[in-house]
Amino acid sequence: MVDFNDLKEINRFEWEIPQSFRSDMRVPVRIFATRQLLSEIMGDKSLEQAINAATLPGLVGHVVVMPDMHQGYGFPIGGVAATQLPDGVISPGAIGYDINCGVRLLASQIPFEAASPYLSDLASALNHFCPSGVGTKGHIRLNDKELDQVCREGSRWALKNGYASEADLRRTEEGGVLEGADPSQISHHAKERGRSQIGTLGAGNHFIEVDLVDQIFDPQAAQVMGLQENHLVVMIHCGSRGFGHQICTDYVKDFQSAVRRYDIHLPDRELVCAPLDSPEGKAYLAAMRGAANYAFANRQVLAHYARKAFEQTLAGKVSNWHLHQVYDIAHNMGKIENHTVAGKTLRVCVHRKGATRAFGPGFEGLPEEFRPIGQPVLVPGSMGTASWVLVGTQGSMERSFGSTCHGAGRRMSRSQAKKSIWGEELRSELERRGIQVRTGSLPGLAEEAPQAYKDVDAVVDTVVNAGIAHKVARLKPVAVIKG
Amino acid sequence: MQPSAGYQEIEHTADWELHVWAPDLPALLEQAARGTYALMAACLQSSPRQSRRFEIDYQDRESLLVSFLAELLLLYELENLGFDTFNLQIEGERLIANVSGAPLESIAKEIKAVTYHNLVIRETALGLEANVVFDV
Repeated sequence: MVDFNDLKEINRFEWEIPQSFRSDMRVPVRIFATRQLLSEIMGDKSLEQAINAATLPGLVGHVVVMPDMHQGYGFPIGGVAATQLPDGVISPGAIGYDINCGVRLLASQIPFEAASPYLSDLASALNHFCPSGVGTKGHIRLNDKELDQVCREGSRWALKNGYASEADLRRTEEGGVLEGADPSQISHHAKERGRSQIGTLGAGNHFIEVDLVDQIFDPQAAQVMGLQENHLVVMIHCGSRGFGHQICTDYVKDFQSAVRRYDIHLPDRELVCAPLDSPEGKAYLAAMRGAANYAFANRQVLAHYARKAFEQTLAGKVSNWHLHQVYDIAHNMGKIENHTVAGKTLRVCVHRKGATRAFGPGFEGLPEEFRPIGQPVLVPGSMGTASWVLVGTQGSMERSFGSTCHGAGRRMSRSQAKKSIWGEELRSELERRGIQVRTGSLPGLAEEAPQAYKDVDAVVDTVVNAGIAHKVARLKPVAVIKG
Repeated sequence: MQPSAGYQEIEHTADWELHVWAPDLPALLEQAARGTYALMAACLQSSPRQSRRFEIDYQDRESLLVSFLAELLLLYELENLGFDTFNLQIEGERLIANVSGAPLESIAKEIKAVTYHNLVIRETALGLEANVVFDV
C-alpha cells in the first residue's frame, strides 16, 4: 500500500511517486490531487495500479493520475500514459473496454423558466427517443456495409445519413473521425454486437442529462461556446457499446500471447500490450479507431434524437428550441500526438482512460473560434450534483500530456451503494429537488447515487489550481435519463 | 461450513468482483458462470429450452475462464440466452462445453467484459479458487 511517506510533494495539488519506488517502474507517477482527495484515493488500489502502469515498455515522461482517479481492472481510471513511437507499446487495457466513452454537450437559447412547465414531458420524450437500459436496441440496424462505413467514417457517416450538420463535426474532437480505422481488424462477434446498438445509451453510468447553466466563470469563453446563464443544455455520456467492448476483449485476449512473443513482462495481465510498430499493435490501433468512430457516430445519432425530443416537446412553446453543439470529447482513448518531454518533441501514443484531452489555446486542430480559448473539456459530475465545462491550458500541455480529469470518480463500490441507498428514495429525493428522473432500473440508479462519487467541485478545483484546466461554467441537472 | 463449490460477490470500487471456488476446473467454470448470471440478476424463461455446444482451446486456465465467461456473455447479447445446466469436459488443452438454458426473461445489470485483472486460479485444500473482475 502506498502512503504519504512514499510520496514527494511538488505542491499542494501535485505529488510524485518516484521511479525508484519500485524496481520495475520505467517512469515516475505524477498525481494531481489535494491531500484530502489523496487520503480518499489511498482507500483503494488506484495508486498501486498507477505504479503497475508505470512498467509499460516505451513510456516517456511520467504516468499521470487525476484527482478523480479510482481503482480499475489493471490501469487506474483517471490515468494517462504516453509511449514513444515507433516501438513503445499500445495497451488496450490502458484505453478501456468502452473505447471512446465520452461526453457531448449541446446548448440552447431556452431559458429555464420558459421550459420548466414542460420538463416532465421533455424527460419522457428523451427517454423515448434515446433508448437506454440493459439489452436495448436502437432505432437503426446497420448492415455489414453500413457498419464498415461507420467504422471508417464515424460522424461523417452520420452527416451523410442526415443525423448531423457540418457544425456538429467541426465541434467534435478530431472532427468526429479518427483516420486509419480498418474494419477488417474487427471480429465478426464485435460487428454482430454493434449492428443494432447505434443510437443507444446503454446502462451503468451512461446517461442523458438536461442541465441549466448555473454559473459562468469565464464570460468570454462561455460566449464563444454559446453558453448562457440559466439556459438549458444537454449532456450525453456514452461510448462504443458492445462493439467497443468486444474489440477490447478480443485484443486483450490476443495480446496475452503477444507479450510472450515480444518478451514483455508485466505485473498485471490486463496491461498486456504490443509494440506500436508490430503487426499486433497496428491491428489493435486500426480496430480501436473503428470503435472510436462508432462511438462518435453513436453520440451523434443520440444528439439527433435529443434534438427531435426538444422539437416534439417545445416547438410552439418556446421561441427557439434548437440545440447547437458546444463540443464532444473522448475520455477513453489512445491517440498519436506530439508532446514535449525534457525539452524534446516526441511522437507518442497517449493512452487516456478516464481522462480527457485538454489541449490549450493555439492548438491547430481546434475550430477557429476555440483556438484563442483552448479546447472545451466536459466533466460530468455524479447524478444530481454539478457538471462542469472547462477549457484546456498550456499548463496541461506541459504537465499532463494535454490531459485533465473526466468526472467525479467513484469512491463507493456498487454493492455498497445498493445496500445503503434505496433507488426509490433516491429518485424521490432527486424529484423533490426539481430533477426529473427516468430510469429503467432503481438498483442501477442507487449504484449511481451522488454519495457513491467524489465531490466533483473538489476534483475540478484541483485540476484548475494545478493549472491543467480552466473553469468556464458550472451546470446543474434538471432532468436525468439513464438505463 | 462452506459448500464445496460456490461464488460470492466481493466489494470493488467501480466494477464487480466475484470469488469462486470448486473441487476442479470444470466445476470452477460452472460456478463462475452461475455467479456471473447472479451478478446480472439474470432470470430465465421457463421455455423454450435451448442448448449450445462450443469448444475453447486454451493456453492457461485463467485464459480459459475468461474465454468461457466471454462466450456466455456473447450468447446473452447476440441470442438473449442464459444457461443453467452445464456439461463441461476438459480434454488436454480444450474445453468442450455443452450448456443448456433458455431465453432470458430479464437481467438487471449488463457486464461489458470479463477481465484478466488479478486473475489467478489457485490450488486450495478443497480444490481451486479464483477472483474474477468484470467491467460493468
